[in-house]
Amino acid sequence: MKIIACIKQVPDSEAKVKAEGGQISWGDAPLVINPFDEYAVEGALQQKEATNGTVTAICIGPETAKEALKHALAMGADEAILISDSALNNLDTVGAAKVLASAIQKIGADMVIFGRQTLDNGAGITPAQTARLTGYPMLGLAGSIKVNERSVTVERALEEGKQIVKANLPVVISVVQSIGEPRYPSFMGIRKASKAEIPVWSLSDLGISAPTEIIKRDELMTPPARETVVEIITGESPAEIAEKLADKIIAEKVL
Amino acid sequence: MKTLVYIDHFKGAVQPSSWEALGVAKKFGDVSAIVIGENANDLAKSIFEYGADEVFVADDSALKDYQAETYASTLSTFASTLNPNLILFPTTARTRELSAMVAVDLNTNVMTDLTALEANGDSFVATRPIYESKLFEKVSCSGKPVIATLRGRAFPKPEIQAGKSGTITKVEAKGEAKSTVEGYSTSESAVNLGDAGIIVSGGRGVSNNPALTPPAGLDEKQAEIWRAQQGFALVTDLAKVLGGAVGASRAAVDAGYIPYSHQVGQTGKVVAPDLYIANGISGAIQHLVGMRNAKVIVAINKDADAPIFKAARYGVVGDLFVILPALTEAFKKKLGK
Repeated sequence: MKIIACIKQVPDSEAKVKAEGGQISWGDAPLVINPFDEYAVEGALQQKEATNGTVTAICIGPETAKEALKHALAMGADEAILISDSALNNLDTVGAAKVLASAIQKIGADMVIFGRQTLDNGAGITPAQTARLTGYPMLGLAGSIKVNERSVTVERALEEGKQIVKANLPVVISVVQSIGEPRYPSFMGIRKASKAEIPVWSLSDLGISAPTEIIKRDELMTPPARETVVEIITGESPAEIAEKLADKIIAEKVL
Repeated sequence: MKTLVYIDHFKGAVQPSSWEALGVAKKFGDVSAIVIGENANDLAKSIFEYGADEVFVADDSALKDYQAETYASTLSTFASTLNPNLILFPTTARTRELSAMVAVDLNTNVMTDLTALEANGDSFVATRPIYESKLFEKVSCSGKPVIATLRGRAFPKPEIQAGKSGTITKVEAKGEAKSTVEGYSTSESAVNLGDAGIIVSGGRGVSNNPALTPPAGLDEKQAEIWRAQQGFALVTDLAKVLGGAVGASRAAVDAGYIPYSHQVGQTGKVVAPDLYIANGISGAIQHLVGMRNAKVIVAINKDADAPIFKAARYGVVGDLFVILPALTEAFKKKLGK
């Protein structure tokens, strides 16, 4: 089975992200593979093992995004492709989906796996838009994936509980954390990844023009700093502490 | 201006943020609402009472279970004939994919998880959190119609206008199902943290009650889970008295104490309740990004240096196994329960 894992590179979640002069700055924090996409790579590798398949990791981004792809290779992906083009600076979600859909069609896939969302934009809609554009069934928020010949069954995590859904390959899947803890890159994997030549595809390699940006950012804002001076409640007994705390909470009028 | 509001529901139970979307739509002019699913007709009365001027219903046995492709095709086909300026959705697991697909069909895009939305001439300016709410951005959509999903509890719920009614129009089911729903797993209790006004959460600390003796015959891991279940029972007791939902830290979920659907934080659910009570949660950044926008945060932890206290309004440094039941009792008394 041919599996594609779609990943993105984002600033590390520990980064102190700020708005500076209308631009986003994350200081000297490292850029890493989107943490949600590590689950996508993990899910892809599980399916590779279950079906004796191959995993191709793809990523849209600048040259530096090759590091995120190397992480996927080190985890065990067979190959990686970077999609990079100076015309892709202002991509919105549907724009990214258009680029990914054409790359997926060029590579050919039985299963395309995404993380549930990115840490930066956080919209979580690119997987479904990619599914719509490729015409593949969308199996979103999967916590487990089982392939049986040409059919695939996933357990989806909805607000109301789990839904079990079945479709025929090829499919687009987004995964949640229950898929399993992402494996650590092995020593051999890291060595292989460090030597890997990662091909770079431009828009002309995909035979498409740059998608129009439909959702535009007009302004960037830092959320107002919150005064969070903690008031520690003390007392002679647990009952007294509880009594005082309950009164404080009731006075906040949040019940 | 004309707005189409998508009413999201699960087997007839409407996601309350759908009502909030009706309230937002009302600010902009005429409100049409659409609801899809078998027996969806039964929901029309409430939809009028929450402010819709007209209700469109795709009530068809082919739409019995939510299924992204058929729901999206039904909605897109209808929207292209209604031709609204704006389509609003509450933000849920279903509407993220549904709005995404409708946007592809109508050659536009979606502004997701908005915390504010204002009209600007014949367009809209939206505010949404990015980078795990470390920043906010104002965005606009040049596509037509403008499509947006609204963050739950970010907008006021409209007053019910009892007895208000209007015309109900039937909409045809469209599209071909690309997947089949095999069933639902009921082993896990339903939890909707996004809509909860009060969340009482437990972390790894809930399994450390030294006063408990696990039943004989359990191995070490089973004994730990047994202890954690006793701890989460205390968390659940308080949640029940306050009418809130039960949350958990990733550490508690990873340790197998409670299902993933309860997880608050980066890889779980981002929540903004009025009250968040964190019990035995140290407060890793991945947890804090998921709950720091709660109005009032209370932390109970035995470690005075736990980072959770930096995010909290009120804190108790102490043994949660003693404090938590006492707090439940105090609220029972004060709230007359």
